[in-house]
Parts: sequence; C-alpha cells; structure tokens
Amino acid sequence: MYVAVKGGERAIDNAHAWLAEERRGDPAVPELSVPQIREQMALAVNRVMAEGSLYDPDLAALAIKQARGDLIEAVFLIRAYRTTLPRLAASAPVDTGAMAVDRRISATFKDLPGGQVLGPTFDYTHRLLDFALMAEGEVRVAVSAPATPDRVPHVTGFLNQDGLIEEAASSDALPPDLTREPMELPADRALRLQALTRGDEGFVLGLAYSTQRGYGRTHAFVGELRIGTVTVEVDIPELGFSVEIGEIELTECETVNQFKGSRTEPPQFTRGYGLVFGQSERKAIAMSLVDRALRWNELGEDFTGAPAQDEEFVLMHCDNVQATGFLEHIKLPHYVDFQSELELVRRLRAEVAAAARQEAAE
Amino acid sequence: MNDVSPSARRNWMSTLSTSAPGRLAALLPDLPDHALLRSPEIGAVMVRGRAGATGAAFNLGEMTVTRCSVRLQDGVVGHAWVQGRDKDHARRAAVVDGLMQTDRADYIRQTILAPLAAEALAARRSRAEKAAATKVDFFTMVRGEDR
Repeated sequence: MYVAVKGGERAIDNAHAWLAEERRGDPAVPELSVPQIREQMALAVNRVMAEGSLYDPDLAALAIKQARGDLIEAVFLIRAYRTTLPRLAASAPVDTGAMAVDRRISATFKDLPGGQVLGPTFDYTHRLLDFALMAEGEVRVAVSAPATPDRVPHVTGFLNQDGLIEEAASSDALPPDLTREPMELPADRALRLQALTRGDEGFVLGLAYSTQRGYGRTHAFVGELRIGTVTVEVDIPELGFSVEIGEIELTECETVNQFKGSRTEPPQFTRGYGLVFGQSERKAIAMSLVDRALRWNELGEDFTGAPAQDEEFVLMHCDNVQATGFLEHIKLPHYVDFQSELELVRRLRAEVAAAARQEAAE
Repeated sequence: MNDVSPSARRNWMSTLSTSAPGRLAALLPDLPDHALLRSPEIGAVMVRGRAGATGAAFNLGEMTVTRCSVRLQDGVVGHAWVQGRDKDHARRAAVVDGLMQTDRADYIRQTILAPLAAEALAARRSRAEKAAATKVDFFTMVRGEDR
C-alpha cells in the first residue's frame, strides 16, 4: 500500500547535486567526453544499445556517462528516451547474408567459402593485464590484405542444400511487437527472439550455460558467428519506393543442433538463432542456445522442466529494466505496509506470551 | 524539374542518409532558399531481422532516424530520411535531394554525392582489407606416423 508523503525535497535535491559531483569525480582528472565513451568503450555502448533496444551509439554513450558506468541504469535511460520517439516505420528484414563482415568464424567447418575471418577479437589473447595501456603507448596498426567483395554465404545455407538441416522458410507475416502489446504466452518464436535480443546479457548467458550443463541440453555447435554491418531499408511512403536509410553493426550466431527425424522425414540438424545489435558475441551465442532450448515443443522434444525450456520463466525474467524496477522498488518507502506487519507480529507475540502465562498459572 | 529514375534517387538518398553530418555540411555549407514542408522530425524505425537469417521476420530493436521535407524556390520537393538525430543534417539532405531533381543535378553529383560515395566506399574497403588480413590460412602439421 502506498500513501502520499510530503517532505524530503531538499534532501533529494542535495542528494542529486552530490551525485553530479561524484559522477564527475576528481576535477584534477580530465572529464570524459561522450565521443570518447562511444569510441573507446564501444562494447559497453553496444550492450546498452542491444538491451536498451535502440541503435544510437551517441545516445548510448551519453547514457553510460550519465549512469556513471552502471550499464543497467544506462539501459533504463535509453528505454525511457525511446518511449518519447514516434515510430516512423518498420524496416524490411535485414539481409545478414549481405553483411560486410568484420568477423566470421565457423566451429563446424574448417574450410568454407569466405574463410575463417577472426576480426578484432579478444580470442587468443592471454588475458594478461596490458600495463602499456596505463601509459600513453603507441597503438598497433591494423594490417591490411587484399579483399574480395564477394557475398559471404551462410553455413546453414550450404547444409540446407543437402537437406541436412531444417529449413528456415521465409515468411513475411507481421511479427508481434512486445513494445506495443503486452507479452502474451504462449509466445511465438518471433516474440521470443525479440525478448531475447533485448534481454539481459547475464541472464541469457546463465540460461544458455545451464543448457550446456544438462538443464535442457541441445548439443549446440556454432555453425557460424558473424559480426559486421548491414544496411537498413525502409519503404518511404512519400516516395513510393524503399531507401537504405542507415547502416548498423550486428552480431549473428547460428547454431547447428542435434537432429530430429520422423517416419516421414529423415534425420536432420535443427537450428538456434541469435541476432544482436553491435559487436555482442557472447550475447548472440547465448541467445541462439536459449532460442533452441525454447523450441522443444515445436520440435517434438520432451519438456524436462529445465529453466531454459520454460518460456514463461525465460521471457518474464530476461528484461533487466523490468527486473530492476521490481527488485529496487522494495527499497522505497513501505512505511504503512511495514507498520501493519509490525503490529501483527506484536499481537502474535503478545498472544503467545499470554498463552504461556496462562499455562504456567494452571 | 528533371525526370529522375527511382533507382538513381534511391542511391543518392542512401548516400545522404548514411553520410556523416559534418562531411555533408562541409561540402554544402550554404543552403539555397527553401521552405520547410515538414520540419525535421526525430523518430524511430523498428529494425527487423529473420529467424535463422532467412525465416520469419521478428522485431530486432529500433534505430533513431530524422526525416525532413523541403520545397525549393522553383517548387521542387526534396525528402530525406537520415540515420541519427541531427536535424540540420536531415534538412541539408532534403535540400540536396531537391537539387538533384533540378538543372544543378550534375554539379551536385560531382561536388557532393560523388565525394560522399567515394569516402563511404573507401571506409568500407579499409575495413574489408583489415578483415581480410585476419583470415586464417590453415596448414596441416606433419604427424609422426606420416614420416
């Protein structure tokens, strides 16, 4: 129960002034600019864009600065801003097959058309702190090699040619949008993918890991992981044709999972899918594992009670803004609720004490 | 007003929408007289993907865009939809779209669109070349039993 209480304005005002001062830190240290965060904290920016569900690196960098580096607070700021924007259009589905790839690896085929392209990865680094970054050291320069402008084919595409993997048949059915209508369960795959791509990275990672450890095992191989830029194409009503209105960086993961077969269909691999704003590799892999685990029903598998198979458990708890809101609201004044609990406990204790006294007297 | 093909217009509009606001402003610092048919408006476009890259569409998340429509003095109408939240950029792009439908099209193409397109191509090529340098060349080790 909530009642309106007045007072505390001065304390709140002063708390926010102090917050601003603490955010700035030691004034002897130069202030961070938003472009510096955008350029040098790019993966934090990517995470805030993905979970904030709004692609705008400048705004994400500003949110990180304002939130003092608290990424969930930054996601909250982006979500709040997003609600102020009119929705002008929806894009045509992006063509990740036409992605300009910075990175593209496959764990299932060593030699594949387009090759294994490592890109700017942390893989194979030794995870030793680089003290040179504390000094103003020189930055190593990236090496160039001749590039071929060919389209890089999807691994699942050539597995599909042989019928070895289930088909992802194209459909232009209008997908549900959880930012417009409240989420209804059971959800279809499109709604699950939307919830997962904006879900909390830590939560989705933990669920994906649980499937690997046996809670809803899916035997996933990373068929392909690719990071790069795609164009976003929108029908412009005033023109009557579509225009590429932007370029965004995406990470896509396609898993190849253990097969199913039936009396009518020979065994074939199944698929999990992850697609996330920015360079967000861990999230994309995790998303594809959880997507696959949630498909148990459609693929005729058993529900083992694993959390990652439980659509309601996953979808209702993966959003960190919702989770934070409900979690943190319990720190706000609940004086009246608590007073009633306090009175109840006192009364119960008094009754117990009275009963004990009576027993002693008898 | 000249006849323009939709495919040509698509191309230049996309060059404008993905250009850096500062670059376009540097190439076209002064705008000709024009009226605002629709003042620059910031909004969002819902970006869609496909499950399994080729399957059913789903909503991936939104991106910021700014749109603007202008009318040049000779009555030509220019439209722009640009990525991001820069209102001046959207207005400038709409003016360029208008100018590309006039007699000044060749001049605008040479002085503004061609440099922007060349810079975008060079940036794309530079990234592709860096990626190419990280392509793995596998070689097979000779194992003991093969000797």
